[in-house]
Amino acid sequence: MPPETLNISMQNGMFQAEVLRAGQGEPLIYLHGAAGHKGWAPFLDRLAEQFTVYAPYIPGYSNSTGLEYLEDVLDLTLYHLELMDALELDRAHLAGHFLGGMIAAEMAALSPGYVDRLVLIAPAGLWRDDAPVADFLAMNSAELQECLWASGSADGTISAEDMAAGERAMELLSPERVQDLTSAGKFLWPIPDRGFKRRAYRIKAPSLIVWGQDDRLVSQVYANDFARLISGSKVEVFPDAGHLIMLEQSDALAGTISQFLKG
Amino acid sequence: MKMCFFHLMPYGYLPDDFDKQYHSVWVDAPNSLFDPKKGTQLYNDYLDELEFAEEMGFDGLCVNEHHYNAYGLMPSPNLMASAMTRRTSKAAIIVLGNSLALYNPPVRVAEEFAMLDVLSGGRFVAGFPLGTSQDTVFGYGEVPVTLREKYNEAHDLVIKAWTEREPFAFNGKYTQLRYVNIWPRPYQEPHPPIWVPGSGSLETWDWTIEHDYVYCYLSYSGYKVGKTVLDGFWEEMDNRGKEFNPYHAGFLQLVAVSETDSQVEEYKDYIEYFFKKCLHVPGGFANAPGYRTIRSINSGVSTQIVESRREQSTDFTWKDYVDAGNVIVGSPESVRQELTQAIKELRVGNLMLLLHFGDMPKEMTMKNTELFAKEVMPYVRDIWSEYETRWWPQTMEA
Repeated sequence: MPPETLNISMQNGMFQAEVLRAGQGEPLIYLHGAAGHKGWAPFLDRLAEQFTVYAPYIPGYSNSTGLEYLEDVLDLTLYHLELMDALELDRAHLAGHFLGGMIAAEMAALSPGYVDRLVLIAPAGLWRDDAPVADFLAMNSAELQECLWASGSADGTISAEDMAAGERAMELLSPERVQDLTSAGKFLWPIPDRGFKRRAYRIKAPSLIVWGQDDRLVSQVYANDFARLISGSKVEVFPDAGHLIMLEQSDALAGTISQFLKG
Repeated sequence: MKMCFFHLMPYGYLPDDFDKQYHSVWVDAPNSLFDPKKGTQLYNDYLDELEFAEEMGFDGLCVNEHHYNAYGLMPSPNLMASAMTRRTSKAAIIVLGNSLALYNPPVRVAEEFAMLDVLSGGRFVAGFPLGTSQDTVFGYGEVPVTLREKYNEAHDLVIKAWTEREPFAFNGKYTQLRYVNIWPRPYQEPHPPIWVPGSGSLETWDWTIEHDYVYCYLSYSGYKVGKTVLDGFWEEMDNRGKEFNPYHAGFLQLVAVSETDSQVEEYKDYIEYFFKKCLHVPGGFANAPGYRTIRSINSGVSTQIVESRREQSTDFTWKDYVDAGNVIVGSPESVRQELTQAIKELRVGNLMLLLHFGDMPKEMTMKNTELFAKEVMPYVRDIWSEYETRWWPQTMEA
C-alpha cells in the first residue's frame, strides 16, 4: 500500500516537513536513521496493517527543510514535538532508528506525555570508548556497505533496482550522500553523545530497545546501556542482523514491534 | 611578481611501505612513527631553509597549519613564524594561516597575529583558511555544515578586535565575550594584509572577492589542474565587475631546478615520497559530508580535484607527476619557460614555491633554492610589472 505524502508547513514556513503516512489504527511515528534507509520501507507496510504510520523526513533529508534553524539536539527534539502538534497528534507511539532513535528517546524524555510506547532501533545517543560508534562520515561506499549490513543484502523485500540506487547514493560525492550525512553530522558528529544520559530518567513510556547482533555501525553492547538508563525497558537482540535490521529482517522486526506496541 | 618560499615541514622518515600499510598520512597515522630526535633536526633544518630563502632574495616566507599530519608538522605555524621574525629582516612573514573556527575564542588568532605583526615590524601577512576537512572536521571535531558560518563569525570578530580602539562586547552565535580588547594591536594599519587559501569552493571565492582579499589556491595538483580553479576565480571576479589584478590571487607550485635537464632525476625520490606518501589520504577524510556544499560539488571543480588525486595515487612515477604539471623540473632555462607559461596561464601575481618536498635533505633544498633564486627568479620577476599589489605589507613597500 503506497503511503500518501503530507507537506506540513511550520513556524510560518521556516520548516517544510515531508511526512509519509499510511495505514489505520493508533498513530505510530517512525523516525529514520542517518544513512542507508530513509523514507518508506517494506517493514512500515507491515506496521501500517495495524497502525497509522507517520514517517517524516528529518530536516535536511529529502524535501524536509529548515536544518539551518536547528542548532542542537534540543532544537531538533522540539521541532519533532512541534511536528506532532502540527499533525494534530496528542500522543503517539514513537519508533526510531539510529539518529531517529536518538530523537525519539529525547522526545520521550523531554515530553513524556506525548509518547505512548517507545521503540529504539540501534539508537544513537551514547558513547563508549571500548566500542566507538563507527566513523560513518569518513567512509567510502564499500566501507559503509560493509558496516551497514550483516548479510550484505535485504531479505528480498527491497528490489534490486532500489538496492543499486542505495549503493549509488553512498558514492563519496553523490548529492544524496552529502545531503543526508550533512544533516546527520550536525547532530551526531564528532561524538553522538549530546547528554541524553542526563535526561533519560524522565522517560515514562514503556520502552523496547532493539538491536541487530552484528551491527557494525553501533555495537549491540549499547543496548544494555540504554536499558540501564530507561527504567522498565526491555531489550531484544536479533541474531544475524546488522545495522539495517529493518531491511534485513523486515517481517520479524515488524512483528516484534507490533507485538510490543499492542502491549 | 611576488615570489614566496613555502615550507610544509613534512616528516621525512615514513617507512617505505607506508602507503600500503597505513590508512592515511593524515588524521589517523599513528605518531609512534614520529621520532622526536629526528624531529628536532628537521625543525632546525627547515627553519635554516626558510632563512636561507630570505638571503637568496625571496619576497615572502610561508608556513601553514595542519593537524595530525605527517607531511605538515606545524599544528601551530605561528610558532615557526615567531622564530623567523628573529632571524630575518626583509622578507614578509606569511602565515597561511590559522583556521579561524578552531580557536576558542577566536580572538586568540587576533592576538597572536598582532604579536607577529609587531614582532616583525609590520612584515606580517595573515592567512585565514577555512581549514581542510581533515584538519577541521576529522582532526578538531568541527561539525561540517556549520564550519563556514563559525569561520565567518570568527573572521568578523578578529577584524573588529584589530580595528576597534576601545573595548567592546561580542554577542555571536559561536562566541560570546563581554570584553574584547586585544593587546598588542597590529603594527600595520588598519591590519595586516589578508590572504585566503582555498581549494575550489565557490563559497570561498564569493567570500574572498566580497572582502577584497587575496585568493590562494594551495594544491599540489600543479598548474595544469590549477588553471581550472583559477579560471573559475577570475571568471567570478569578472562576473562581479571587479577589476583584474594578478596580485588578487596566489598559487603554489612545486619546482625542482638542476644544472642541466639530464640531471633532474636527482629529485625523483623526493617527488615520489611526496606524492605517494605525503598525499596518501583517503577521499573520505578530504570530503566530510557538509564540508563542501552541494553547489560547490556540482560545480565540478572539487570533483575534478578528487579525481585527479585518485589518478595519481596508483601507478604514477615521478615522470608522470612531471608530465601532469604537478612538479616543474629541469634546467634553469626549461624551468623559466614552463614557469613563465604557468604564471601567464594562471594569471597570478603571488607565486608560492614549494622547493622542499617529501624527504628532500637540506643540501638539496639549499641547492634548489639557490638555483631557483639566481637562475630563474630574475627572469620571471617582471611579469605583471604593470600592476601594483594592494595586498603586501605596506611598511615594506616604502
